[in-house]
Amino acid sequence: MLEIRDVAKSYGSGSKVTHALRSISFSIAERELVCVVGPSGCGKTTLLKCIAGLLRPTRGDVLLHGELVTAPPEEMAVVFQDYNRSLMPWSTVRNNVLLPLRHKKLAREERTRLVEEALEAVGLTRFIDHYPWQLSGGMQQRVAIARALAYQPSILLMDEPFASVDAQTRGDLEDLVLRVRDEFGITILFVTHDIDESVYLSDRIVVLTHAPTVVKEVVGVELPSPRDQIATKELSEFASQRAYVYRLIKHDTTAPDPSTLVGEGLHE
Amino acid sequence: MRGRGYETVKVAAEIAVPIAIVVIWELWARSADSQFWPPPSKILQEFNDLWVFEQFRSDVVPSLMRILLGFGIGSAIGVAIGVPLGMSLWARKFAMPHIEYWRAMPPPALLPISVLLLHSIGNLQKVSFIAFFCIFPVLLNTIDGVRGLDPTLVDTARAYGIPAHERIRRIVLPAAFPQISAGMRISLSLAVIIMVVAEYFSSTSGVGYVLLISKNTFQLGPMWAAILLIGVIGYVLNLAYLLAERRMLAWHRGWRAATPQ
Amino acid sequence: MASATQETAAGHLPGPEPAAPEAGGRRLSGILVFVLSFAFAMAFWQVFSASGVVREQDLPSMTATMGELWGLVQTGSFWAAFLQTARGWAIGLGLATLLAVPIGFVLGLSDLAGRAFRVPVEFLRPIPSAALIPLLFLTLGPTLESEVFLAAFGAFWPILVQTMYGVRDVDPVAIDTARSFGVPTRERLWRITLPSAVPYIATGMRIASAVALILAFTAELFMGTPGLGKLLNYAQSYGLTTQLYALALATGVLGVCTHVLFTAAERRALRWHPSQRGEAA
Repeated sequence: MLEIRDVAKSYGSGSKVTHALRSISFSIAERELVCVVGPSGCGKTTLLKCIAGLLRPTRGDVLLHGELVTAPPEEMAVVFQDYNRSLMPWSTVRNNVLLPLRHKKLAREERTRLVEEALEAVGLTRFIDHYPWQLSGGMQQRVAIARALAYQPSILLMDEPFASVDAQTRGDLEDLVLRVRDEFGITILFVTHDIDESVYLSDRIVVLTHAPTVVKEVVGVELPSPRDQIATKELSEFASQRAYVYRLIKHDTTAPDPSTLVGEGLHE
Repeated sequence: MRGRGYETVKVAAEIAVPIAIVVIWELWARSADSQFWPPPSKILQEFNDLWVFEQFRSDVVPSLMRILLGFGIGSAIGVAIGVPLGMSLWARKFAMPHIEYWRAMPPPALLPISVLLLHSIGNLQKVSFIAFFCIFPVLLNTIDGVRGLDPTLVDTARAYGIPAHERIRRIVLPAAFPQISAGMRISLSLAVIIMVVAEYFSSTSGVGYVLLISKNTFQLGPMWAAILLIGVIGYVLNLAYLLAERRMLAWHRGWRAATPQ
Repeated sequence: MASATQETAAGHLPGPEPAAPEAGGRRLSGILVFVLSFAFAMAFWQVFSASGVVREQDLPSMTATMGELWGLVQTGSFWAAFLQTARGWAIGLGLATLLAVPIGFVLGLSDLAGRAFRVPVEFLRPIPSAALIPLLFLTLGPTLESEVFLAAFGAFWPILVQTMYGVRDVDPVAIDTARSFGVPTRERLWRITLPSAVPYIATGMRIASAVALILAFTAELFMGTPGLGKLLNYAQSYGLTTQLYALALATGVLGVCTHVLFTAAERRALRWHPSQRGEAA
């Protein structure tokens, strides 16, 4: 469904060039939840922005349903890390969620329905007429997720969405993401630095090297569904998977070994 | 000295000092008996005679109208120009030399020219003159407000494919509004001053005109009453604006209070 | 009254800018744009006045005005007037600063004094100094004293208010730390409070500078005190339209000079102070 082919991003020119991303290639199938992890500063956000069509890659292509992505595609929604800065403080929760729908060709009742359903899916119906800054951090991020849901995307990109949220709320939000994926059938690309989170959520994990960044390995997550914050994390498989990914990142000194790349649809 | 005793002293001072100043002035002016410096009591009396409500219609209303119209038009133009300039680096670079020049121009220097170009000393000339100079504080603040737009908001708007007119209306303008409002408050005070100067220079009505006439006829009473009125107008307009701003920016206060800086 | 909003500081705020070419190239392109912009305006003026939309006697052509300006610049009387206006501005501003900064310190530091005089200050502040012109004309007459008094009166208030803000905005932690180390009051004032207040004072002086110039010029225009304003009045009375325009432009240049001067000073003062500064209207 989503294919990233040899994407590279550099800044500057001549002697002052910085290669943020050297060559990234992987793909995502429908309804998959794929996490992208890597060491700090490896360009995860840059990669996400390239995939979202917000940045033009220096080289390479991003293909959504076989079509080249040159601008933010209509069926893609993004949730940013900094909810405080991506939500509009002068609008209520309702109007924040409504904003992306305004330019879509929909009847007013349809828009209202979508907004209300999205807020119900994230459990914020009660706060529909509050202002975002009146809510806690976790709740604000839910508003951002509701906004993405109301938009009815087929693919959702999330850029370290729970990094600014406290640990306990994070667990609830992770479960929300899983629920949303099951209920709405959305494909999700989830960028995070939290390895536990990536193992808990994913079907597959794309592990990046440090800059200049390439895909070190794509790890398949062999854990039962549905996931549970307590039960799943008690499993020994969780610990070993987690350790595996952790080692990949910590001991990242070698180039990637192509034979270890796991996952379907790599050469569509 | 701390504690409630000190607090009482401060409150007492806050009340007593202004009263003392007025009393001292009254006593001194009465004893000095100079026609130039009438005591406050006489000024208030003149104020009453003149403005409440004798010449209110004929002079105060026109002045207020000119201020408000000039302020309104100037602010609207300031925002209309400021938004595109804020969004385009090159347009800004091109326009900035001119903006910097005209904003530094002392308004009275253009008074004769404004009369000349518009062939009149009537309301059109006054309002356009006021409006012209009211543009700049708002324009500059609008530019800064638009430039300061949070990149995450910009990314959000782009990611959701929000079209330009919706972006400007629902994101850029509200986000820049606190800054724009600060500029408008300055413009409002500016409008009062420019109104006085413009009317004093050439007019057939208005508070500034009264000021001029009272000078020409050597009538200090009306002159002081006019000075007092101008101060009152400035104060009241500023206060009214602050109250309106407070309501319009309630979200801004709430948001800043809730956001760790 | 402090608010969460601020006026534009010096016309530019450090903000997110798109990636620009390196410094040398940027300066060159900046100068180029400036020149182009100026040339464009001049050309536009010439074309507009030639088009006949406005009569020649109301709007002289660009070339005529520039010629007039060039002629003026070569006369002694022009420069005498220019310097007279500058003098009125400078003395008025200087006087205002000398009074407003110390008083502002006292009112800012002493809660008692600040509150005692709060009402008088709030009452006197909004009175547009221009309204005092007839009074000055009748009492002091068309003299330098009138001009200076007017400019100083107008310039006094922004500096006073900003000084008060600056003094009050000192970081209490810094003061407490100094106190706990036994630093005497005078040292504290000199080494902590004053440097902390300087950016605010710089802002106040930038505003006051503009006010003082406007008032000095206005005094000349209305009262006939010697200076550019008086020349402008003269040109108007005798129908010397081209000179009228030339003088107005020259006054604008004086305005820009003073503005640039104090904006640069403010920027330097700002360098040490990372915080936001609010401004009173």
